[in-house]
Amino acid sequence: MKILVIEDEPDLLGAIKTSLEKEQFIVQTASDYSAASEKLAIYTYDCILLDIMLPGGSGLDLLASLKHSDKSENVIIISAKDSLDDKINGLELGADDYLTKPFHLAELTARVKAVLRRKQLGGKSSIDAANIALFVEEREVKVDGIPLSLNRKEFDLLYYFLLNKSRLITREALAEHVWGDNIDQADNFDFIYYQIKNLRKKLQSADAALEIQAVYGVGYKLIIP
Amino acid sequence: MKLQNKSLKYLSISILVIISIWSPLFYYIIKDEIHDSLDKSLINQKIQVIQQKLSEQGSADMLEIQGNYFIKEIDEQNALAMKDAFKDTAIYPLGSKDAVAMRMLTTAFQEADRYYQLKVYSSTLEEDDLIADIFWAMIWLYIILIISIIAINNIALKKLWRPFYQLLDHFKAFRIDKNESLPDIKTQTTEFLELKKAADVMTAHARTVFNSQKQFTENAAHELQTPLAVLTNKIELILEKEQLDQTTATELSKTIGIIQHLKQLNKSLLLLSKIENKQFVTSEHVDLKQLALEIISNLESFAAYKDIKIELQISGSAIVYMNQTLANIFISNLVKNAIFHNKQGGKVFIELSHQMLIVSNTAVHGMLDMTSLFKRFYKGNGPSKSTGLGLSIVKAICDNYGFTIKYNYEHQLHHFKINFNNSVI
Repeated sequence: MKILVIEDEPDLLGAIKTSLEKEQFIVQTASDYSAASEKLAIYTYDCILLDIMLPGGSGLDLLASLKHSDKSENVIIISAKDSLDDKINGLELGADDYLTKPFHLAELTARVKAVLRRKQLGGKSSIDAANIALFVEEREVKVDGIPLSLNRKEFDLLYYFLLNKSRLITREALAEHVWGDNIDQADNFDFIYYQIKNLRKKLQSADAALEIQAVYGVGYKLIIP
Repeated sequence: MKLQNKSLKYLSISILVIISIWSPLFYYIIKDEIHDSLDKSLINQKIQVIQQKLSEQGSADMLEIQGNYFIKEIDEQNALAMKDAFKDTAIYPLGSKDAVAMRMLTTAFQEADRYYQLKVYSSTLEEDDLIADIFWAMIWLYIILIISIIAINNIALKKLWRPFYQLLDHFKAFRIDKNESLPDIKTQTTEFLELKKAADVMTAHARTVFNSQKQFTENAAHELQTPLAVLTNKIELILEKEQLDQTTATELSKTIGIIQHLKQLNKSLLLLSKIENKQFVTSEHVDLKQLALEIISNLESFAAYKDIKIELQISGSAIVYMNQTLANIFISNLVKNAIFHNKQGGKVFIELSHQMLIVSNTAVHGMLDMTSLFKRFYKGNGPSKSTGLGLSIVKAICDNYGFTIKYNYEHQLHHFKINFNNSVI
């Protein structure tokens, strides 16, 4: 899987690159408009992370030219502009998703994988890990082919963990993922502990061959032994 | 009050004043004129009578009431003291109860050594009749004037003010976020042309300010969000390195928590300034009932965790014309507040009717401080990690759409009452 990251802030670019490489992706980078448009003209990517405000031009122009050549559906806009206009413009130009800075690396990984999954969707709509299969569209989980009943938040958590297999997910990233945007009181980690505790119990009793490991004081990690 | 009616009001009052001053004046002028001419003819009559009497021998020695004069002999002293005097008087003709108004000249003359008093009179206008006539004439004049003014107002003023109303319509349709200038108006009137010019300058200025403020908000977001992103993501990568000891990992995790708080503060402040700058301009019909149900179902599992019972009472539909994003933030902030700042096993009541939304919840620490409740960074006794901007955002949204929000405390419950006023459809 080849991913192009277009971002002008070198530190952020580096962090994104490192994180994506941990997921075994081939990551290429561009830090300004002309470098990006050059790379986009020559190569084809499975996923493109695109910042809107770039030195030398607007990311939206790049997106427009991608749409022109019918290659815009695997673009995730990563922008500090939380402005609705940009969001709408970007999505109208065919971008698949819009992620507002600052974001958690786990969230970025999840979004990238979601785009890739949609792109390769050749009949397979489940995410498989060990003896677990999670059906995204149907919002169903099966362990050894037997349905496992999860509530909404538990499903969201498991999905998030499966997209970030073997990666540390911080409590903050989990809380933000569960509560979505515009959260004011997401400091309520007790609820997250409680949900994860329930999820663990349910997975255990269904004999799922995976483990949600607590990293004390930091977060959680999904391990497939 | 409309301009037309206002001008009619002022004109009718001032005309009424002018007419009421003018009518008595007019009455006295007319009366004076009549008396003048009557007096002249009485003097003529007097001269004729005296000449006639003096030429008729011996006839002046008798008292006479003949035609329209009256002669009476008087003594010398009185006669010499007498001057020509005009007087208004009334006479009752024989067999008539109604007095007839008369103008009378009293004078004296001398024949040889005898003195006579002469009274010459002539009928004059009835004063009452004159007053009544003038009064009615003035009333009619007033009515006719008012009717003419209304007619002129309707035709001329409407025509004169047409460019003004056109301009007014353009103002109403003006949207600061759209890059369109005011359309031209067809007029030669200097005042309106100047008004249009002034409005053009003002709208252009307002638009510049609006745009630069919008730009600033966005730039501020960009400038702050990117470093925050770098911070978060770098620490996340460090945390993933296995060789970290427990204490360092915990400290780093706490740092992420602080950055998270900063990020939320930044986001909320930007949101607040965007609402206050009226940058959420696209509006649509939002079904608050549907929205409330969605938000509640999203928070259900958390409420269940805290053993909080949510009671929803919906009577009638509440469809409000507002921005979808803001509507979402508006309801979810209220509901989240009610759930998060609640006791274990507490209650939340949500009442939605056509005009009102009431969100109530069990209080943890008693009544909230009413004076600073909606101020920025108000935290009450709540968790210290909240930004204290949630209710300010709700208030700003209410202000933006003309809703009124009120807080009261009753039966150990916080009540937030939002009246949509006339924004519901």
